[in-house]
Amino acid sequence: MNGFIYLKNVVSLELDREKCSGCMMCIIVCPHEVFEMKNKKAIIINKDFCMECGACQKNCPDNAISVRSGVGCAAGIINGILRNSEPSCDCGSNKINCC
Amino acid sequence: MTTEYYTKFINGILWKVPKTSTVWSRKDIWSTIKVRWSIGRMNYRIKPGLYAVGNPDSNSEIFVTANFKLSFDHLRRALHEMDAWILVLDTKGINVWCAAGKGTFGPRELTYRIKAHELDKLVNHKRVIVPQLGATGVSAHEVKNSTGFRVIYGPVRAEDIKEFVAAGLKATPEMRKVTFPLIERIKLIPVELAYGKYYLLVVPAIFFILSGLNKNGFSIDLALSAGGEAVIDLLSAYLAGCVITPILLPWIPFRRFSLKGLVISWIMAIPLLYYNFLGNTIFENISWFLIMGALSSFLAMNFTGSTTFTSLSGVRKEMKIALPLQIGATVLGIIGWIISRFI
Repeated sequence: MNGFIYLKNVVSLELDREKCSGCMMCIIVCPHEVFEMKNKKAIIINKDFCMECGACQKNCPDNAISVRSGVGCAAGIINGILRNSEPSCDCGSNKINCC
Repeated sequence: MTTEYYTKFINGILWKVPKTSTVWSRKDIWSTIKVRWSIGRMNYRIKPGLYAVGNPDSNSEIFVTANFKLSFDHLRRALHEMDAWILVLDTKGINVWCAAGKGTFGPRELTYRIKAHELDKLVNHKRVIVPQLGATGVSAHEVKNSTGFRVIYGPVRAEDIKEFVAAGLKATPEMRKVTFPLIERIKLIPVELAYGKYYLLVVPAIFFILSGLNKNGFSIDLALSAGGEAVIDLLSAYLAGCVITPILLPWIPFRRFSLKGLVISWIMAIPLLYYNFLGNTIFENISWFLIMGALSSFLAMNFTGSTTFTSLSGVRKEMKIALPLQIGATVLGIIGWIISRFI
């Protein structure tokens, strides 16, 4: 997987272990094995693998996770800049290269 | 197309639900190929709602998906020889992961569908299986609060569903992981190629015309010979960014996609330089390196949106440096190339 790691030390993911109740939802929903259980609570083990999809934050019943989620897509960010809005893969008239 | 219905008495109610096949018809296969080439991609949808696969009853599982037909087709094919329900959310024809990111595949729509289709009367188990990539939009505890239904996250890939069900609705760590193997990257190439749309005709046409300019005015012979070379250079850069870089992605050094694209385009420029396709003067050669590098670098950077591992923070950081350089190189390259027509 080494060729599939993006830039280092930029990800906005934070976990507050004090709040974690150990339900393991973050481990279930994370597509990149960012979390692991340690002493019945989650810890972040591979922060640079995180793609900021936001699934962990959405599914954490304890509000222990924060991440600035969004699309990691250059075209989406350009769209955001052009429309003065948040990055969006809603490509409007240029519908073709859209997910 | 006429709809075939599945009718059955369950929990004292006569249910009439559209039935769907687990086998793709020739038409399904053909339209899948077209969608992979971006043809009709944005209007490839099926009606949201409840569907029956096989002969489901009150104990059968409910699988949730998006109303992008490709998502629906992959799910129903994965349910071959099973008895199950499919609940299709209205995601405006967008796939699960992207719709989850946009919020259309989310707790509100899921709650609405669970209630609207009276799933509490249909099944006795009170659970729905949501594809794991839907978790970006769905919040399991919110859905539980609003409907009483438990959200169970299934595997990332539909093809693992059978194994997941056989293991008692448990996904292995492998099933939970998003990968981006060669075959997946190759499947994305047609959409990338179609990205340029009419620019693929307009830009070469402009270069053809400009190629004909020289000190003595306009020459058609020159336009045809130099223009042809210019188009080959542009096309090489386009392929470098849209095809070669995505295919070789993990093996190209550098983490930044813009650098990956740049490296590939310059490697492709070397044989072009050798065979004099990059013009006759050093000035023209440098201009072409700038144009090809910028184009390929930009296209490669756009591929971040198709990958499964780039983060918003990361792409922002990359673009902050790369985008001004790409624009600068394009402008300089084009000016340099035009000036070189006249010296």
